[in-house]
Amino acid sequence: MTATMLKGLSRGAFPIVVVLVALAVIVPILHLWVPPGHALHIPTYAVALFGKYLTYALLAVALNLVWGYCGILSLGHGAFFALGGYAMGMYLMRQIGARGVYANPILPDFMVFLNWKELPWFWYGFDSFFYAALMVVLIPGLLALVFGWFAFRSRVTGVYLSIITQALTYALLLAFFRNNFGFGGNNGLTDFKDILGFDIQSNATRSALFAATAIALALGVLVTAAIVRSKFGKVLVAVRDAESRTRFLGYRVEHVKLFAFVVSACMAGIAGALYVPQVGIINPSEFAPANSIEVVIWTAVGGRATLAGPIIGAVLVNLAKSYFTAAFPAAWLFLLGGLFVAVTLFLPRGILGSLSQGFGIVVARHRAVFAEKGMSPPHEPSDEPAPAASESHASPAAPARLQTAPAE
Amino acid sequence: MTEVHAAAPTLLYLDNVTVSFDGFRALNALSLAVEAGEMRAIIGPNGAGKTTMMDVITGKTRPDEGEVFFEGSIDLTRHDEAEIAELGIGRKFQKPTVFEFHTIWDNLELALKGERGVFATLFHRSNGAEAARIEEILATIRLGHLRDSLAGNLSHGQRQWLEIGMLLAQDPKLLLVDEPAAGMTDEETAETAKLLKQIAETHTVIVVEHDMTFVRDLDVKVTVLHEGSVLAEGSLDHVSADPRVIEVYLGR
Repeated sequence: MTATMLKGLSRGAFPIVVVLVALAVIVPILHLWVPPGHALHIPTYAVALFGKYLTYALLAVALNLVWGYCGILSLGHGAFFALGGYAMGMYLMRQIGARGVYANPILPDFMVFLNWKELPWFWYGFDSFFYAALMVVLIPGLLALVFGWFAFRSRVTGVYLSIITQALTYALLLAFFRNNFGFGGNNGLTDFKDILGFDIQSNATRSALFAATAIALALGVLVTAAIVRSKFGKVLVAVRDAESRTRFLGYRVEHVKLFAFVVSACMAGIAGALYVPQVGIINPSEFAPANSIEVVIWTAVGGRATLAGPIIGAVLVNLAKSYFTAAFPAAWLFLLGGLFVAVTLFLPRGILGSLSQGFGIVVARHRAVFAEKGMSPPHEPSDEPAPAASESHASPAAPARLQTAPAE
Repeated sequence: MTEVHAAAPTLLYLDNVTVSFDGFRALNALSLAVEAGEMRAIIGPNGAGKTTMMDVITGKTRPDEGEVFFEGSIDLTRHDEAEIAELGIGRKFQKPTVFEFHTIWDNLELALKGERGVFATLFHRSNGAEAARIEEILATIRLGHLRDSLAGNLSHGQRQWLEIGMLLAQDPKLLLVDEPAAGMTDEETAETAKLLKQIAETHTVIVVEHDMTFVRDLDVKVTVLHEGSVLAEGSLDHVSADPRVIEVYLGR
């Protein structure tokens, strides 16, 4: 296991992990110990905002594992994110205790309001952080396991799978809207007080949550890298590019997809759990089908089937969203739609995919120049298949399909 | 275990297999037996049911009627594609299908006989024996110089060869080869025939082919399919002298 993880670290993932770990250290320092007014001070709102972006980035990394590498276009990943968020929200609700409006030591406010006398059974255990943390991973994972088992076994693929994932998140949206479903209905869960005994609003807690998110994202990248670099990762890409051929080679395609889908759902659940304490609320609108589609746009913009692409896409698109929804609120959805169309038409590999393609062209030209002069390029790393791969991207014979390349 | 001949046991046995698509009988009470170690050529005009027969054997299509037995007692109609591949039946498609975004090496590595499970592949470490085997196959299919290029960049003929290499890597007991010479130059066709004969020394092979020169090069027993059943069987000279075969091939 460790060896596989280390192998993931060796190439591609390493710089991303370094940047994220550095952020996890530097941002809290600049927030907590550099005095406000100083040029390097990071204000509270910025820490919360970027913490939120990083949870989105983790969600995009999760989606990329199934969509970018395995070709499963899930339009329901927001559901796994929201379920992880609700599991964390339930823990935070139980932490409020008697400090709620109705001062009931056991029942959260909305239950008292609905005149419930007892805590429903599915709320048991959520007063323990470790139980809640387990549920954060387990509930999205189990849902993905059951859903994926039926879908992949029945060989539901392509647009049909995308539609049923939309139906899944929409069904959960409707269920969570109901008051008697037991999760706060329309209002969701909010008014959190503290997490693990620390004030959830304090600067130190916010910094810690930011650092935890950056580390979780780094781990998400490492897990993705370890999976993608293994032989299983090659099978994953094989399933994406020629599913039935893979089956005739003797691979159980449904198991391959199911594993990737469950790992991805668990990652999305963790992202949701980190999101909720930073934004201070979880409500059914997180299940909105449009949310899941936005995740697809982030991933497409950044670059599918690349390790850093989904992170770049999630952060850039959400930065733009934060800016435009404040400056031109009416224009944002048009911009988002236009962005998706533009990326699909002009940058089918996304920002990062196109950059590495451009780099590949430069490398290919460089090599061609040397080849013409009849010598080999100065130093060619022999154990590095990446340049060879990107070089062939540049060649006109490379199939220019939307399905993307396993860049890096 | 059904009948087991001491000399040449039957490896594949199709009995009375019928497949209909919307009333059209692609296979019509087809019966066929292939002995272990044999190389068999299947010919027939378009729509004779050659590809459907392959689909039935590999589990892609379920027959409406009839039985398909492998190694005497394994009922192939009860297994799906992955299970049948694991049982030792490899298939090369009419239209070459390789993994375009994988290198030649990775294509062969994926095909290489070995554990196929999720966790086995996740924690798989390639070893010297595997690398040696891939090298050997690369030499056989003459793509060694292209090992690190993406399969998507190969020419049509090279893809056909890579597919044959992938079949070799799978090391199946039975190879089903669908039109290996399609779209090849005469020279490549002759080379392919040579390669298949080499493979047939250690494997049981069924070749579906249109190209009569190629079939003549193979020099093996021929089965002629027509409208979903066997029309004639025997040496190429024998079947091509059969008036019904001449009628089917030249009569319209």
